[in-house]
Amino acid sequence: MAIKDLPRDEYLLKGHAACPGCPITVALRIALKALGNKTILVIPACCSSVIQALYPKSGFNVPILNIAFEAAAAGASGVSAALKKLDKTDITPVVWAGDGGSYDIGIQALSGALERGTNFIYICYNNQMYSNTGIQRSGATPYGAWTTTTWTGKKEHQKELGEIVRAHHIPYVATATISYPEDLYAKVLKAKNMKGPRYIEIFAPCPPGWRFDMSKTIEMARLAVETGAWILYEEIDGQFAFTSYSKKILEGRDRKPIEEWLQLQGRFRHLTEDDMKKINSHLDEKWNQYKKS
Amino acid sequence: MIVIDTGNNIAALAAKMARPKVIAAYPITPQTKVVERIAEFVEKGELDTEYIHVESEHSAMTACIAASATGVRTFTATASHGLLLMHEMLHWAGLSRLPVVMVNVNRSIGPGWNIWSDLNDSLSQRDTGWIQFYASSNQEIFDNVIQAYKIAENEEIFLPAMVSYDGFILSHTSMPLDVPDQSKIDAFLPAFKPGWTLDVEHPITHGNIVSPKPYMDIRYSMEKAMKKAQKIIQEVGEEWGKKFGRPYGLVQEYRCDDADYVFVTMAALAAEAKVAVDNLRDKGEKAGLINLRTVRPFPYSQLKYDNMIVIDRDISPGLGGIIYHEMKKLNYTMYSFIAGIGGVDVSYKDIERMYQLAQDDKEGWYPLEVK
Ligand SMILES: Cc1ncc(C[n+]2csc(CCOP(=O)(O)OP(=O)(O)O)c2C)c(N)n1
Ligand code: SF4
Repeated sequence: MAIKDLPRDEYLLKGHAACPGCPITVALRIALKALGNKTILVIPACCSSVIQALYPKSGFNVPILNIAFEAAAAGASGVSAALKKLDKTDITPVVWAGDGGSYDIGIQALSGALERGTNFIYICYNNQMYSNTGIQRSGATPYGAWTTTTWTGKKEHQKELGEIVRAHHIPYVATATISYPEDLYAKVLKAKNMKGPRYIEIFAPCPPGWRFDMSKTIEMARLAVETGAWILYEEIDGQFAFTSYSKKILEGRDRKPIEEWLQLQGRFRHLTEDDMKKINSHLDEKWNQYKKS
Repeated sequence: MIVIDTGNNIAALAAKMARPKVIAAYPITPQTKVVERIAEFVEKGELDTEYIHVESEHSAMTACIAASATGVRTFTATASHGLLLMHEMLHWAGLSRLPVVMVNVNRSIGPGWNIWSDLNDSLSQRDTGWIQFYASSNQEIFDNVIQAYKIAENEEIFLPAMVSYDGFILSHTSMPLDVPDQSKIDAFLPAFKPGWTLDVEHPITHGNIVSPKPYMDIRYSMEKAMKKAQKIIQEVGEEWGKKFGRPYGLVQEYRCDDADYVFVTMAALAAEAKVAVDNLRDKGEKAGLINLRTVRPFPYSQLKYDNMIVIDRDISPGLGGIIYHEMKKLNYTMYSFIAGIGGVDVSYKDIERMYQLAQDDKEGWYPLEVK
């Protein structure tokens, strides 16, 4: 579907409180177009819980249950169970959580809900750090990145939550990002039309957190895919496939040098030659693994 | 119908008869039998509920909160460390004004691992906005669970409610009790009418950023609901009495009218204290007993005797017995005993001994340090 053909319905209204250039609002706007009004959002503590606007107003036009930081998937489990009992299974319970709430503090509830076969969609927008509390490292922060808790650059590589989720053997797992809105829309729509646990992770470059200009959010997401730092894939009932631009790289197109992406971000300003080697070899390793599988 | 069964089986039966639509629970000694029993009901098709086999108590409480917010009646059960793990979400349920009902089987807190009863687990949740009931018999477990739903779901209240009972002393002990017919329970407890719901036709955002003033308003309205709950608990208890022959209030008074000294205690200790009162009366002592049925709301208006001997099976380190200190604002002579911590046995003989000690103007940690 072309971008001009996306539904005109807007569920993210004017008056939300996100930073200019925020990736969350772009992602959520498209995701909600695919999900439609029969959606209940469960949102743990994260930027998305702050940007809804101040009580008693709201910039989001679907019902939202805000819930504790580590509890999103358990919250969706409760909504899902109740909807079943109320015979309202046309309504989709959807978690909308940051990487902190998914990779770190919420991973237990997430794993539990996936393993139980909960009927819900879990969407993690991954901005690679805790932005709500002012840019601290998370399990999704990449090697070398500055955050306010990794002043000299993070010493560890990020974990691969997508791989952990895939190990739960759920019907649908996908990655997406805001610079490929048709791909993102199609994936959310596909997930919506399935049952059981579905997981989508949306890569979300954050201008204040990554130290780049707010006009460059989309470009930053596109470059992440073109350099292979973020990979777009989809797994339906165990059938794994790369999609969109990542598929082209897999089929032979050159990956752009990772430096092109890193150098635009203030958080990587201090990287040494040695750091660059580490980042490159980690990236090669990841791609080689995917090429083999 | 008279049945003979354990506290845990009775709690599960009461939950079943209240017809919750979603149950989420996680096993922990000495509550485990409750989750097992419910699984049995569900798998045999005797209970039409979504039973969520959550991976933790934190998730159990979260799932109940979310299901309640979606518009259905919920139930969970826990004990001790499970209750402590829920702590954050207990506040969440209270502040969300969702009438989640649960049972907590009182058990000591580790380390070391101690599965025997004391009340520190539930009493350390007393500021979370939950109505708290305590049972001193299996009959009271049953009666409290059903009434808890009716009270919590009252549109003037909309607060979660917890029914606590002692691990092993009640949870694993069979006692005879009267279980009314399902049709009578259905007539007593109407279907759940939620105060607010997540409704796609009328979307609301629940729990977003709030400024101090409206937040304080929310707290104030909770406090008013708690105060109001005193009246509703009384009314529902009287209605229960009319229908089933066992009236309830905020407290149960026993032989207090002409008493020189009145014990104040709760849960299983209160059953033991009742025996002590009878024995003391036989010996010519004018003893009485107040069994606290609720701790939240705290039944201040019912505690109007001089020489109250407060027995706490709980301790706030650095302060003392929790119930004793909650009562301190009352202008009566009171004696404080800390007893039975960690499940140390407290018999009626010990309680009679405390009566003598209070007469000698003594109080303290029984029997470790009394002066
Ligand atoms: C139990 C608990 N611990 C810590 C916090 C503070 N906290 C709120 S949001 C947040 C980070 C959220 O990070 P992420 O999930 O990545 O979302 P983002 O802020 O990046 O959107 C933290 C640490 C909290 N609300 N609850
Ligand atoms: S800090 Fe980043 S993710 Fe959070 S609102 Fe601002 S731009 Fe969006």
